[in-house]
Amino acid sequence: MILTDSDLQAVWLTVRLAGIVTFILLMLGTPIAWWLARTKAWWKGPVGAVVALPLVLPPSVLGFYLLLAMGPNGPVGFITQTMGIGLLPFSFWGLVIASVFYSLPFMVQPLQNAFEAIGDRPLEAAATLRASPLDAFFTVAVPLSLPGFLSASILTFAHTVGEFGVVLMIGGNIPGITRVASVQIYDHVEALEYAQAHRLAAVMLVFSFLVLLSLYAWRPNPKKG
Amino acid sequence: MLGDPIPKKADWMDDITARFKVNWPGFALDADITIPGRGVTALFGHSGSGKTTLLRRIAGLERAPQGFLSVNGEVWQDDQCWMPTHKRPLGYVFQEASLFSHLTVMGNLRYGLKRISDDQQISLTQAIELLGIGHLLNRKPDRLSGGERQRVGIARALAVSPRILLMDEPLAALDLKRKQEILPYLEQLHDELNIPVLYVSHSPDEVARLADHLVVLDGGRVLANGPLTDTLARLDLPIRLGEDAGVVLDAKIGIIEDDWHLARVDFSGGSLWTRDRCLAVGRKVRVRVLARDVSLAQEHPGHSSIQNVLRGRIDAIANDEHPGLALVRVRVGDSTLVARLTKRAAAELNVALGQDLWVQVKSVALME
Repeated sequence: MILTDSDLQAVWLTVRLAGIVTFILLMLGTPIAWWLARTKAWWKGPVGAVVALPLVLPPSVLGFYLLLAMGPNGPVGFITQTMGIGLLPFSFWGLVIASVFYSLPFMVQPLQNAFEAIGDRPLEAAATLRASPLDAFFTVAVPLSLPGFLSASILTFAHTVGEFGVVLMIGGNIPGITRVASVQIYDHVEALEYAQAHRLAAVMLVFSFLVLLSLYAWRPNPKKG
Repeated sequence: MLGDPIPKKADWMDDITARFKVNWPGFALDADITIPGRGVTALFGHSGSGKTTLLRRIAGLERAPQGFLSVNGEVWQDDQCWMPTHKRPLGYVFQEASLFSHLTVMGNLRYGLKRISDDQQISLTQAIELLGIGHLLNRKPDRLSGGERQRVGIARALAVSPRILLMDEPLAALDLKRKQEILPYLEQLHDELNIPVLYVSHSPDEVARLADHLVVLDGGRVLANGPLTDTLARLDLPIRLGEDAGVVLDAKIGIIEDDWHLARVDFSGGSLWTRDRCLAVGRKVRVRVLARDVSLAQEHPGHSSIQNVLRGRIDAIANDEHPGLALVRVRVGDSTLVARLTKRAAAELNVALGQDLWVQVKSVALME
């Protein structure tokens, strides 16, 4: 085995985190993307900009604000404490919430593009065939934007795997709880364990390449109806 | 969403009434029409005339804040209520077939069928047969030709047993050959189904072939609304048909002369000879006579290559679009023909209202 137990633990934690975040963002990002793709409201622009913020913001800035919000004196921290959950920073679920914000644009933007590419016509056709808007969404819009769902999910998963700055700010470095693969590599390097850092880094490199390969090699033809 | 509306008068039950007013910058629509609740009504006009907007309002695809719409006694929109498209019992055919590309032809046909209650008048098999698409059912839309796609689109709209069929220029996106492929199906639809059809078109040829009733729109306003034959024969309308100005006569095949491959079509007021198209004697046909193919003479022309000569009386004279041309309407029995002549010819003939003269018809187009 090329990876140590603690490496494997970090990898497994990373996969779990990315999986959960991708799932949550599918539920959360889809309605946001749908709304952004179809609305004509003036605040489409501001909402779109907020969604895109994590693309340009240094992860430390995002992590800092989330830390404040979820901390003992922050609004989120107040709510979680009154609910008896305690504080979220330096916990797995705190990491999940932070990652949801951090990876939001990677889910919303490909989905929004996919929804916009469908256009109004198939939905109008569905309406003339007695399908309610919700019905048409699930039976026409979702099947037609399946490639969009796939690439959005892959990007979200991969981007969550690659996060580092937000994890350090929110999660710290607790083995089995918040020590993900990228932090583990950082630890190895800090401890001058270059051989171990190499192995884990190589695993990450191969993983990232395979993810991108699957995205670029598999390009379904847009079909005309 | 609606109770049983109480009919205010008997004929309300089989009419379609639409009142819509739109005032956008650069485009206004002000339509208030009542049209028959049966047969094919053409909404005719050039692009920008508001015909498609009117059709989309009727379908509920565009929401009009104020307006009124009732279809054969059922109110779909008034000041209080607005029925969303998916609750309206209509069928809609788009200019491009707009099939669902993720479903097969059969999947497309069944999409609407699954969502309606069982009391259907038109069965799926009937729609498939009518449009001749039985051999395409397992194909995906991207494996169909443009004409086939549009036939599937029409069958899909019919499969939901609509109480009205709305068609938005269903042939406009197709080339001439594909149009010729679909027109017979549309004619058959007209003959075999008892659903009112609203047919948006800017093609005089399609209108003449398919419509029973004609609504002419221009700049968002309704210029004319009446039976096809009467409306086409009106000279006061600036129906910008140009070279296509002419009338349509309802007729039937009278005699066939096998030796000459000619058929005589009888209309109320006379008969005309035309090329035999292998139609049975007694069969109802529609004949289109273009104004440019009709000429007038004071004396009987005697032997002439033009063999269709009728006796008629002038009942209207009007200017044509070109300043050198005039349109003259002639009554032949109960029917009406329109002739286009130069103003010089009109002056030399001394055309005047009530004048009797000979009408020569050079060619007629037979439409089944």
